[in-house]
Amino acid sequence: MDTAGLAQGVLAGQVRSIARAISLVESGRAERDQLLDELRRRDDPPGEEQSIGAAVIGITGPPGAGKSTLISRLIMSVRETGEKVAVLAVDPSSPFTGGALLGDRIRMDLHGTDPGVFIRSMASRGGTGGISAAALETVQVLVSAGYGTIIVESVGVGQSEVGILTLADIVLVALTPGSGDEIQALKAGVMEIGDLYVVNKADYPQAEAMVASLNAALEETLRGGLAPLVLRTVATEGTGVAELYRAIGERLDQLHRTGELERRRQQRVIDALREMATDLFSRWISERLSADGDAVSRGIPFAAMRQELEQFLEQFTWRNHNGQRND
Amino acid sequence: MSQKNKIRILIAKPGLDGHDRGAKYVARALRDAGYEVIYTGIRQTPEAIVTIALQEDVQFVGLSLLSGAHNELFPRVVKLLREADAGDIVVFGGGIIPDYDIPGLKEAGVQAVFPPGTPISAVVEFIESCSVAGVSS
Repeated sequence: MDTAGLAQGVLAGQVRSIARAISLVESGRAERDQLLDELRRRDDPPGEEQSIGAAVIGITGPPGAGKSTLISRLIMSVRETGEKVAVLAVDPSSPFTGGALLGDRIRMDLHGTDPGVFIRSMASRGGTGGISAAALETVQVLVSAGYGTIIVESVGVGQSEVGILTLADIVLVALTPGSGDEIQALKAGVMEIGDLYVVNKADYPQAEAMVASLNAALEETLRGGLAPLVLRTVATEGTGVAELYRAIGERLDQLHRTGELERRRQQRVIDALREMATDLFSRWISERLSADGDAVSRGIPFAAMRQELEQFLEQFTWRNHNGQRND
Repeated sequence: MSQKNKIRILIAKPGLDGHDRGAKYVARALRDAGYEVIYTGIRQTPEAIVTIALQEDVQFVGLSLLSGAHNELFPRVVKLLREADAGDIVVFGGGIIPDYDIPGLKEAGVQAVFPPGTPISAVVEFIESCSVAGVSS
């Protein structure tokens, strides 16, 4: 595969190149790292940036909270500024068949043929944390393709949506009143991950109780040194969306000023590296175990194997894009 | 995890027909057969369907129509895909399609038509036969 040509297409913002680059990233094939290196090398050099750059907004929350409808409204707000926007909607794969039915874009179809909007559905393909392992790299592709705002939607079930933390600059948790969420919200890990909490369907009778219990639950909680905000929206009518969009921008500015944004982005690179290495190692050991089952069943001395692996790993060094040692 | 590209299929409802029971059935069945299926929802223009197919990088587009406008809308999707340099995406159709319309649709580039009563295994076989032929490389 011509990864240099593909990278060029991505950087030129060509839809088919972007779409194919995402498929390559998802496939896990070795060329995906060539492509990503190509893109990283040509992005602006880090460290000199004064502006925030592309904003990655993560949205999570329980099924039915209105995440997709909310995103559809946020797309409008972004498009009013003239900026291009991309959405990555992650849904679970079946652990049994590996298949997936991806329907999030049904609620975003107001933007049908707007060339400034790119929407991609992604199946989690066994990734943990409600987020596909490839989502992190897909965000990189979309940033390189020139999308100023990238919205990532992930399935919110229980505590697993902490995965969205690793790839977003700012995390929105969407909740809806009167569905037992008040109690859920208090116990689940979601109370630690949001920069902003959105009570959607705020025209429902129990909305104010929901807002109150959220505010109570978030008391003394800090995210990136800042107190999370609680906002109200009615996404189906667009109510509160302009305020939400403004709040996202203000919070991003604050995070940028305190250096927290930069810290989160550095963490993202570290997580991507860890993801790649973990994936490689786990695949390697699985393949060896199934291929060499006979040898393994005859008995392996664990201590000797550990020593051998450690010796092998000690030879590892970090290298920069020019192939020189980084340490 | 599989190293090869997973087969992705777009199930789309062109035109003004709002009945999507069949489309949803096929979408679910293909999911259960192990494919990644994207469903557009009802009342899509051919232009929107092509935009979605490109963004989602699907290898197949399945069109479902019950209103009778298939002779107009199915070939239009094929034409727009070709114009977008995406003629490699396989288009197939289903819904209320009279037998006598099928040859014309095939001539226009719709590679298979599955009328009511088709077992889902026939659709899966079609997808697998196209994929073996190298469509999903």
